[in-house]
Amino acid sequence: MMAFSSLRSVSVDLNHDASLLIDIPDALCERDKVKFTVHTKTTLSSFQKPDFSVPRQHEDFIWLHDTLVETEDYAGLIIPPAPPKPDFDSPREKMHKLGEGEATMTKEEYTKMKQELEAEYLAVFKKTVQVHEIFLQRLSSHPVLSKDRNFQIFLEYDQDLSVRRKNAKEMFGGFFKNMVKSADEVLISGVKEVDDFFEQEKTFLLDYYSKIKDSTAKAEKMTRAHKNIADDYIHISATLNSLAADDMTANKNLNIILSLQKVEGRVASDQDLKLTELLRYYMRDIQAAKDLLYRRARALADYENSNKALDKARLKSKDIPQAEEHQRQCLQKFDKLSESGKKELTSFKGRRVVAFRKNFIEMAELEIKHAKNSVTLLQGCIELLKSN
Amino acid sequence: MADTARDAPPEQTDFHELEDGEELFPEPATTQESQPASLAAEDISTNSNGPKQDSLFDDDPEDLFAEATEEVSLDSPERDVLLSDGPSPAITPITPPTSVITPRIGHTHDDMFTHSSFDEIEEEEGGDSFDIHISVSDPEKVGDGMNAYMAYKVTTKTSMSLFKRSEFAVKRRFSDFLGLHSKLASKYLHIGYIVPPAPEKSIVGMTKVKVGKEDQSSNEFVEKRRSALERYLMRTVKHPILLKDPDVLQFLESSELPRAVSTQALSSAGLLRMVNKAADAVNKMTIKMNESDAWFEEKQQHFENLDVQLRKLHTSVESLVCHRKELSVNTAQFAKSAAMLGNSEDHTALSRALSQLAEVEEKIDQLHQDQANADFYLFSELLGDYVRLLTAVKGVFDHRMKTWQKWQDSQMLLQKKREAEAKLQFTNKPDKLQQAKDEIKEEIEELEGKVQQGERDFEQISKTIRKEVSRFEKERVKDFKTIIIKYLESLVQTQQQLIKYWEAFLPEAKAIS
Repeated sequence: MMAFSSLRSVSVDLNHDASLLIDIPDALCERDKVKFTVHTKTTLSSFQKPDFSVPRQHEDFIWLHDTLVETEDYAGLIIPPAPPKPDFDSPREKMHKLGEGEATMTKEEYTKMKQELEAEYLAVFKKTVQVHEIFLQRLSSHPVLSKDRNFQIFLEYDQDLSVRRKNAKEMFGGFFKNMVKSADEVLISGVKEVDDFFEQEKTFLLDYYSKIKDSTAKAEKMTRAHKNIADDYIHISATLNSLAADDMTANKNLNIILSLQKVEGRVASDQDLKLTELLRYYMRDIQAAKDLLYRRARALADYENSNKALDKARLKSKDIPQAEEHQRQCLQKFDKLSESGKKELTSFKGRRVVAFRKNFIEMAELEIKHAKNSVTLLQGCIELLKSN
Repeated sequence: MADTARDAPPEQTDFHELEDGEELFPEPATTQESQPASLAAEDISTNSNGPKQDSLFDDDPEDLFAEATEEVSLDSPERDVLLSDGPSPAITPITPPTSVITPRIGHTHDDMFTHSSFDEIEEEEGGDSFDIHISVSDPEKVGDGMNAYMAYKVTTKTSMSLFKRSEFAVKRRFSDFLGLHSKLASKYLHIGYIVPPAPEKSIVGMTKVKVGKEDQSSNEFVEKRRSALERYLMRTVKHPILLKDPDVLQFLESSELPRAVSTQALSSAGLLRMVNKAADAVNKMTIKMNESDAWFEEKQQHFENLDVQLRKLHTSVESLVCHRKELSVNTAQFAKSAAMLGNSEDHTALSRALSQLAEVEEKIDQLHQDQANADFYLFSELLGDYVRLLTAVKGVFDHRMKTWQKWQDSQMLLQKKREAEAKLQFTNKPDKLQQAKDEIKEEIEELEGKVQQGERDFEQISKTIRKEVSRFEKERVKDFKTIIIKYLESLVQTQQQLIKYWEAFLPEAKAIS
């Protein structure tokens, strides 16, 4: 199960600050719903207890993310991307297909395929637990976000959050959400950028996002093809098994094919974690970074509008103090955003580079390990066949 | 007594070169006259099945050389050459020259029971060891438009004395191969030899080539066909009987070959074949043979099972080929995408690593492509060949049933005639009686001969099938083993390449800072 714990390496800056430790020790899957047990261990006095757990659903995580995004104070921060909804459609569909095709397979084949599917199901389950866990851990290790009141409520509130969620939704009315649609347009059409750093970042992030999105999709296809090959090996080994009754050559081969299947399966899942998941995670992270740029761009627009309003006020000699105050506030907000944004984006780049490095190294090492393993298995089998 | 029911074409006489004891039984009764019939009639029991080989030989030594006498007189003149060291024609049933006769018969006898020595027979020939290699190469398009065809170079390298030269080449087209198979099938299938089937026709595939599409799929088609033709010829010459067939020799050696026209799919001959196949299928269902030889029943079941399993395996391997090709395509796409990502990346070291990753993946996609080809040409095609071969195997079992049926039919007819003869005594006017008696006696004699022949044919085909099956099984195990070893070696190569590529990438990944 080493492969699963290594999903963590997608985000390497999770400091293990003992003052606030969060994990998801277990989760339950019922039908479409996953219930996570969020466990907190803390030395901070702001919490009522030092060690406690609460049950949470995926929607609760989304609520938390959205409230953070919509908090003005955090406009200059990269809000960790929300964990994606648990998606069991793929293994469920495959399980269904397997059920339909049961008659065409031998008992062993069916059992093996079922085992593989159950493993896949489990893998999806574990991935979703980890992705939710990482989300919380990024919050807990952020100097500003870890102190957020809603975050604390999320961790502590021992009643069902869904009631509170509904109220929150009404309050904000998905205001920011509606704007996001044209975020890219705002960024691109551009308010004139005064800062080189941000100009560069904007160009880079827009381009990078589309590229990484494409790479994620292609990596996923690669992984799926590997999985298909592993499945084919199951069918092949099952048939060789049936042939083995009358045939001595088949006997020796069925073991090698089964082993190859295991290796191929490992290659697929390792590639999935080290490459596909890495790309997917950073795709979402870059979206979060883009959102930051967008908010800053809006702040800049607001500032420029406030300038125009001030000029108008001065012209009309009306409401000048309010206009001046408004302009001052806009500028302050913009400056604050720019300052924190710069910090965030710089550390983000560092984080990304470190994560890619770690994952690429691990992926290469695993590929080598699996290939060497395959070579040993195959050569052993060839020896056996030749010596007969 | 002319055996009108025989369907062997005159080329049978070529058999004289081959196993001694073997071909004597089904001999064309061209020179066979008079006597033997009466002798044999008493011996041939009315078992519904071939008498168990044991009972015929072991229990009654007298019968043993009754048969021998039979054989001798059956000989066509050419065959005397062969039997010159065997029992002399003057043999009388009384003297027990078992020492003279049995070596040959005994040898045959052994062969039937131990199913061992097809090799022994070959050695007995004083022939060369099997050393021949055929390659099919250089596909060349000849002509234009719908009359165009592919010509293949067929090169034979051999040290066998059977051939005039040790290395030679000819040009053949696909229909030539089909023609060869057609001739071999018509000569040997019905007497129990497993004739390897020719590669399948493909109207779609060929049309693309004719029309001149020079794309990857038509190139793949030509390569697939070339490889199939090569395997077909090698399998055919590996069969010791077929190798010596003059049609095979002509095919390999002579520079000009008469065009085989009846092989066209939509020709009248083609349609006739289809109709016959359908008729055969119906007949097979209606023949109910009393199998007293468990070996045949067991083997038939075995081949049925094998057929099912091989087809299933073939399907799975085809799926593997397809998925591996898909993996290759997906990897290539990912490589391109990673290269773009690398270009976009503004951190220098990471950008370089991404480009390196893209290069590695590109090399890997080629690796997957090559592996998919190995999957296909080694594994998948082998399975396809054997699925088709099994059809031929099942075919010879069917022919045996038909032979049995023919024998039974003759026997029933004989029975009827005998009954009619008996009845004759009580009917007819005295003057016509003698005439009728003579007539029927003649008919009975004829039928008795037919029955004998039928039984002999049946025994012969049963014997041949036993040998053929044993040879087939040996070949199959050897074939599979060889190919599987090759296939596993191809997998090893792929994995070793993968190690190289990733080991080259690792320092690049570590260099990111």
